[in-house]
Amino acid sequence: MSSYVGRRLAQAAFVVWAAFTVTFIALRLLPGDPVALMLSKRSTGGAPTPQEISTVRAELGFDRPVVVQYFSALGDLLQGDLGRSIQSGQAVSGTIAKSLPMTLELGAIALVLALAGGVTLALAANLGTSAVRRQIMRSVPSIIISLPSFWVGLLLIQVFSLHWRIFPSLNATGLRGLVLPAITLALPGIALIAQVLGKSLYSTMQEPYVDTIRASGAGPSRILIVHGLRNAAIPAVTVTGLLVGNLIGGAVVVETVFSRPGMGRDIGFAVTNQDLPVVQGIVVVASLAFVAVNLAVDLLYPVLDPRMRSTSRLVAAR
Amino acid sequence: MTATVFDVGRFASPASNAVRRFGSQPGLLIACAVLLLVIGWAVLPELFTDQSPVEGVAAARFASPDWQHLFGTDELGRDLYSRVVYGASLSLRAAAIAIVLAFVTGTAVGLVAGFFGGAVDAVTMRVVEMLLSIPPMLMSLVLISALGFGTLNVGIAVAMSSVAVVTRLMRAEVLRVRTAVHVEGAIVCGARWPRILLRYILPAAVGPVLALAALDFGLVVLAVSSLSFLGFGEPPPAPEWGALVAAGRNYMATAWWLTALPGLTVAVLVLSTTRLARALESGKSIR
Repeated sequence: MSSYVGRRLAQAAFVVWAAFTVTFIALRLLPGDPVALMLSKRSTGGAPTPQEISTVRAELGFDRPVVVQYFSALGDLLQGDLGRSIQSGQAVSGTIAKSLPMTLELGAIALVLALAGGVTLALAANLGTSAVRRQIMRSVPSIIISLPSFWVGLLLIQVFSLHWRIFPSLNATGLRGLVLPAITLALPGIALIAQVLGKSLYSTMQEPYVDTIRASGAGPSRILIVHGLRNAAIPAVTVTGLLVGNLIGGAVVVETVFSRPGMGRDIGFAVTNQDLPVVQGIVVVASLAFVAVNLAVDLLYPVLDPRMRSTSRLVAAR
Repeated sequence: MTATVFDVGRFASPASNAVRRFGSQPGLLIACAVLLLVIGWAVLPELFTDQSPVEGVAAARFASPDWQHLFGTDELGRDLYSRVVYGASLSLRAAAIAIVLAFVTGTAVGLVAGFFGGAVDAVTMRVVEMLLSIPPMLMSLVLISALGFGTLNVGIAVAMSSVAVVTRLMRAEVLRVRTAVHVEGAIVCGARWPRILLRYILPAAVGPVLALAALDFGLVVLAVSSLSFLGFGEPPPAPEWGALVAAGRNYMATAWWLTALPGLTVAVLVLSTTRLARALESGKSIR
């Protein structure tokens, strides 16, 4: 088991390195000139002179050979140094340390909501025998997934904050302020889980062992929840990793809509201001979170499915 | 036990079969109409509105939706419906760029990697894994930081965030098809590899990839409009759909239609394309 975990950890390290490298390549090697773009965004002065551009290049170390830049940035990364923001001059790691808790809080609640909502919808779609009902329940996730989350967020603000004044709208702290953003962020996840788990539950219910249990006299909801859910859970667990990637991306939009000072809003600002060190730092930290969850998901498989437990032991024993 | 016992469609001609399918599913008909309408907006906006998308009438600021202004007017008295109509070409263009770029690149690379195997395949798959290590939305943001704003760049950014998935699927399909009898036959007959690749493997392997493209189109429209909402599309006054919603944010308390209706347009379009993609997929599996 320990070598299995060790291999997974090595893969996780590869993913973070890959995220760093891809970002580096995209930001330094693509045809666009980020420094010129960045300076043209500055409010003071007119168009940047070539001299200004070369000064900023030297400041950022962009005038060195790309390979040297890459390895020096990689070395800094290993020491936890993500560079300095061009806009504010502050250390990127400090900025992220400030905004990360906001995003983690939002993401964690949204993840719980997505799982709870998705499982509920999937169970509801598979209970009962009415074909019409099943058809309707099955179309619910694909409707939810089609809604742009920036629009859903604004509609929720309109209805619950501006019209009924139940929840605070913008820049709110505390649990009440989290309700609307978390729902907005969770909705696509609810749909994703409901779709995958619903399908998997449906095919599990066709298995012969379910007929056996039914013949022994168990009720439909007991069969579904006690005997079906665990067997059908594997595909849903797999997409949970994917779901976390979507939550990270969704946080960019949701935090912008609700003006929450989190990592997602920071990267939005950083892209607007062409603040490359901040963009790169947040992408690396986000991929770290992404890979951590996927690691947890991988380690969850053997718990859910004993067959995988034995193979992973066999692999480890070899 | 919901299996269809007797499939009438099997004995009918494909055309009458299609008509039957549409007739029995009004949802499909509506989805098709929506898609055609939006394509019409994009190609010939003058046909659908006679009001200017950029010039406003100062007297008609913040008019709520009525027959003259279907979607109401904005803070400059511009007709929101005509802005949405003219915005269709921008939003659809970015989505089309994204989907074509992602699927042509992914198909080509996956085809080559799957067919040649060995080092080419190993390198390709490592690159695919690297691209998949970044959540799609962040991947798009990185590319936009590097390339700058605008419809074309948003399209490229969204394409790059989905090209890895396409490559992986195409490669898997090629691996499946490569050992098929008709491909082995072609090799035995002495066909050259470009012919084998393009004539025998590509058509047999591309089906699931095209199905994915159809399903992905809705998600691509969502991604494009999200990036446009964040302000990374064409600069104002370009009426991109996401940007329209973002502009309406400032007037939410007084003019609900400025955020609600452009967003609704996106939602309805995405819903329709997804519905059509599903129908195409299930139609194929019945055959």
